[in-house]
Amino acid sequence: MKERPSVSGRVLTILTFIFLYAPIIVLIVFSFNSSNSRTVWSGFTLDWYKELFEDSLIMSSLSTTFSVSLISALVATVAGTAAAIGFFNMKKRTRAPLLAINNIPMINADIITGVSMCLLFVAAFGFLGNFTGWLNSVFGFNLPTRFTQGFGTLLIAHITFNVPYVILSVMPKLQQMDRNLVDAAMDLGCSPLSAIWKVVIPDIMPGIINGAIIAFTMSIDDFVISFFTAGSNSQTLAMAIYTMTKKRVTPKINAISTLLFLTVLILLIIVNIRSSRQEKKLQESMKAKKSFVR
Amino acid sequence: MSKELIRLKDVSMTFDGDTVLDNMNIYFNDKEFLTLLGPSGCGKTTTLRIIGGFLVPTSGDVFFDGVRINDVPPYLRQVNTVFQKYALFPHLNVYDNVAFGLRIPKAIEEGGTDIDSGSSGKGKRKKAKKVKLSKKEIDQRVREMLEVVSLKGFEKRTVSSLSGGQQQRVAIARALVNRPKVLLLDEPLGALDMRLRKDMQQELKRIQQQMGITFIYVTHDQEEALAMSDTVVVMNNGKIQQIGTPEDIYNEPKNAFVADFIGESNIVDGIMRADRLVEIFGRQFQCVDSGFEKDEPVDVVIRPEDVDIVDVSQGALTGLVTSVTFKGMHYDIIVDFKGFKWLIETTDFCPVGARIGIKLDPDSFHVMKKSEYSGMYGDYSSYSAEYDEIGDAEYQEEDAVDEEEYYES
Repeated sequence: MKERPSVSGRVLTILTFIFLYAPIIVLIVFSFNSSNSRTVWSGFTLDWYKELFEDSLIMSSLSTTFSVSLISALVATVAGTAAAIGFFNMKKRTRAPLLAINNIPMINADIITGVSMCLLFVAAFGFLGNFTGWLNSVFGFNLPTRFTQGFGTLLIAHITFNVPYVILSVMPKLQQMDRNLVDAAMDLGCSPLSAIWKVVIPDIMPGIINGAIIAFTMSIDDFVISFFTAGSNSQTLAMAIYTMTKKRVTPKINAISTLLFLTVLILLIIVNIRSSRQEKKLQESMKAKKSFVR
Repeated sequence: MSKELIRLKDVSMTFDGDTVLDNMNIYFNDKEFLTLLGPSGCGKTTTLRIIGGFLVPTSGDVFFDGVRINDVPPYLRQVNTVFQKYALFPHLNVYDNVAFGLRIPKAIEEGGTDIDSGSSGKGKRKKAKKVKLSKKEIDQRVREMLEVVSLKGFEKRTVSSLSGGQQQRVAIARALVNRPKVLLLDEPLGALDMRLRKDMQQELKRIQQQMGITFIYVTHDQEEALAMSDTVVVMNNGKIQQIGTPEDIYNEPKNAFVADFIGESNIVDGIMRADRLVEIFGRQFQCVDSGFEKDEPVDVVIRPEDVDIVDVSQGALTGLVTSVTFKGMHYDIIVDFKGFKWLIETTDFCPVGARIGIKLDPDSFHVMKKSEYSGMYGDYSSYSAEYDEIGDAEYQEEDAVDEEEYYES
């Protein structure tokens, strides 16, 4: 029996949502404001969006963001899926601690991840520089001795923080899978590797796709880790927005933030719809099995 | 029928210090229907997985056609398996499930794949190149096999839209389409209801005879084992208790465990006074067994259906009826003979509290040597409790068990 919510309960719910979404609604509304003001509404315009697409800085940071997100999501999906399958085939005693370690980067503060990666890259580059310098002096090569952070380090950082999300999304699918499927495939002539390819991967595909979308979203979203690892030459969209706020603030920020918000929102909605559909399908097939058995 | 195909020699299997198979020696003949029968945890599934190649025995050897195959992986063995919960590929339809094995290029041995020459041609092992079957041949074989398992017209259906029995048949078709020399079946009827189970038993037997290959079948259901098999292997605690035809196993159980596990048995302590003369409850009876030492203590099995109820005055033994259960075809009655309770199946109604006499023909006794199982089985003093126990055990073993089966056991 469902009880109707009381008046105070309803008010509380509405207030909660207002507090949660008011800032974003204001942001979106003022991205269409025709004046520079962020307090007074003076008419509707799409000029800020137009300007956005004419701003070369924003456009280049947009392309950086998309290429980093896309490549890191792809690499992380492949690596994460392989890792998840590996974990799955381990004994529980080894698997449990490894999965716990896998979760740490996700709860770890971004700033720690960012700073530590930054320091790691600096140290590695220092070492690498010394090494190439030595090669140059001994063999007379002409290798560069100074390395700086840039797109490469940004990409490595994104892949690193994306992998755990993919593992987390693939693992449950593997656990739902009938373990006998792999045996059955091998029984029918598949080598262990082709069994994974022909049976395991298709079976856990929904989890892999979800993992890829989540990884992509996380990448687009990220500011802190990018900030520490992108160096001075590359800039992601989030970093561009941050830099803009330091200068004179224009509603262009509102416009670009609105677009970013909507992109992430849409991706998250897709993931949620997909998972709830799979859940439904799973329940239906279980029900069907039960009713057929009788 | 006579040619030996698979042999397990001194095979032991240990998991984390637990011995699951203990020095097992057994051979499987070509074209026979052999059942590994035993309670859960007796090592029967382990045996099957060793033959399938999914487990490598801790010690001992596995031979296939005289060749040691311990280290041959499952995908190179001429053996296919029907798994307990079918393990059909959910992302493929019925046709693609069945065609799965055929689409994988295989190194094919001369004469090895053809079922007709399987028995006659002692083909030498030649390593051929990996052969891929043509689309046409695959199609023909898949359709042929779907016909064998009566699933014509189901090609495009998804696996999840099929009933349990149909899924079962897809699993069988998927395995048999590869024309294995041996088909391994791991409790394949466990998830089906009783009627479907009976139908599928006949179906399986028919398919086995039609294809002319060896079936190695694992079950804990003794009725199923007796109904289908050429040979039954009774196992317990990782050891083979008895190997024989269904009739042998039922009529001539080797020890108290087998007697109790196969059908119902009253097992009493007796003494062999001479050949064909056994003493129970201080009385001597004519029997048909011989070959024991004089005055050797033995276990005596009397099947509930072999006991004739007669008037007290004519009975060799007299007892008190303590419980009556109507079973449809007959009554199960529990009769107290000097503190030892017997189960008797009878079509005559005897009320609780009645004194009855019983008559025993010489061939209703089966005498067994004493074993480690002596005294553990065959007393019905806790009749109803025992039934509950059996029911519970069954329930735990199969998650999809249904009411009928619950009572049936």
